[in-house]
Amino acid sequence: MAASVQLNHVTLKFKKFEALKDVSLTLEAGKIHGLIGRNGAGKTSLLSLIAAFREPTSGEVLVDGAPVFENPEKMEQVAFVYDKDYKEETEKVKKLISLASHYRPHFDTEYAKQLIKRFKLPVNKPVNKLSKGMQSALNVVIGLASRAPVTIFDEAYLGMDAPSREIFYKEILQDQEDHPRTFILSTHLVSEMDYLFDNVVIIDQGTVLLHEPYETIEAHGVSVTGAAQEVDIFTAGMKQLNEQQLGGTKSVMIYGNLGDAKRQEARAQGLEIGPVSLQDLFIHLTEEAN
Amino acid sequence: MVNPSDSAKPLFLQIRELIEDQIVNDQLKEGDQAPSTNQLVNFYKINHATVSKGITQLVDEGILFKKRGIGMFVAEGAKKTLVQQRKKAFVENYVTGLVQEAEKLGITEAEIIELIKSTKGRDA
Repeated sequence: MAASVQLNHVTLKFKKFEALKDVSLTLEAGKIHGLIGRNGAGKTSLLSLIAAFREPTSGEVLVDGAPVFENPEKMEQVAFVYDKDYKEETEKVKKLISLASHYRPHFDTEYAKQLIKRFKLPVNKPVNKLSKGMQSALNVVIGLASRAPVTIFDEAYLGMDAPSREIFYKEILQDQEDHPRTFILSTHLVSEMDYLFDNVVIIDQGTVLLHEPYETIEAHGVSVTGAAQEVDIFTAGMKQLNEQQLGGTKSVMIYGNLGDAKRQEARAQGLEIGPVSLQDLFIHLTEEAN
Repeated sequence: MVNPSDSAKPLFLQIRELIEDQIVNDQLKEGDQAPSTNQLVNFYKINHATVSKGITQLVDEGILFKKRGIGMFVAEGAKKTLVQQRKKAFVENYVTGLVQEAEKLGITEAEIIELIKSTKGRDA
């Protein structure tokens, strides 16, 4: 079960501050969407609207075509995993799991048990006595086992060590294969998670800067390296994001569709066309926008 | 091992060559099941789209073929095709450069052959 998510001209204001500015965005059902943005870009605001934690100031947020806000039928389709404050949570791990199973219609308790074993979570320990990383792992377990048609992980990995994060990523891919749904992953660990994304949304200052399939981004973001003069001539008129120079050698990062002919032309001129990581693209795209 | 920081070569080509290598050195024999896209994604931590692109090329060229619902298999004649492709590439990638560099350094043909023989002898 997977559901699509659609935002039509969504604006969210907190008093005078506009957290989201006229955002229109469609997230295809059954895909893994990576949501990235600088601190304060509006990631969590966007996600909390999809999860119906808030109402947009204007515009509409639809899950499978119907408004999600104050719509119980749609709200139970969306699981929102975020950095919850468990300081006062004295219930045990297993109790929290069983609670989650009650209000998530697709919850798979067997799967939750498997995940608890994989993350080595102590089921009989009160949640507020768990380490930060274990609390995050518990959130991840609830999110994954919810099998909600829209499952959102908002920086769900906070405090998790590298081996646990690795389990998290593997489980997303495996469960996506067995039980396809719509995942939205917001993250600052871009280089660690980019291989998970089918689509990438970059937001900046409350607006969508870029929304493309990973494939397109990978093909469009390239570095051109060679003799400075040649590189300048070749990249003239292209969208340049960054440049570096070492002696007479220059490397320019560009974003745009080069095409095979242009690539061949570069090779013939002795220029090297190299890949650019999503992390680098993100850094320089948001830099440029500011 | 695929190492993105290691090479300017696009990742999908690296994935493709990785499977080619396994076929050429008989780790994957004709008729064998090739690793699935998901296995490759998990193993190398490379995006699905990238892996698919490499695999699709191999399918298009008849090196691999799909069995619906089962997976990807090595086609008959795959090794032969690959070896032929690689022999051609061998000339471009190695021999041309070798000859040019030898000319620059004034190494004669006889000397080149001597060098090849002694290198082979060392490795054997």
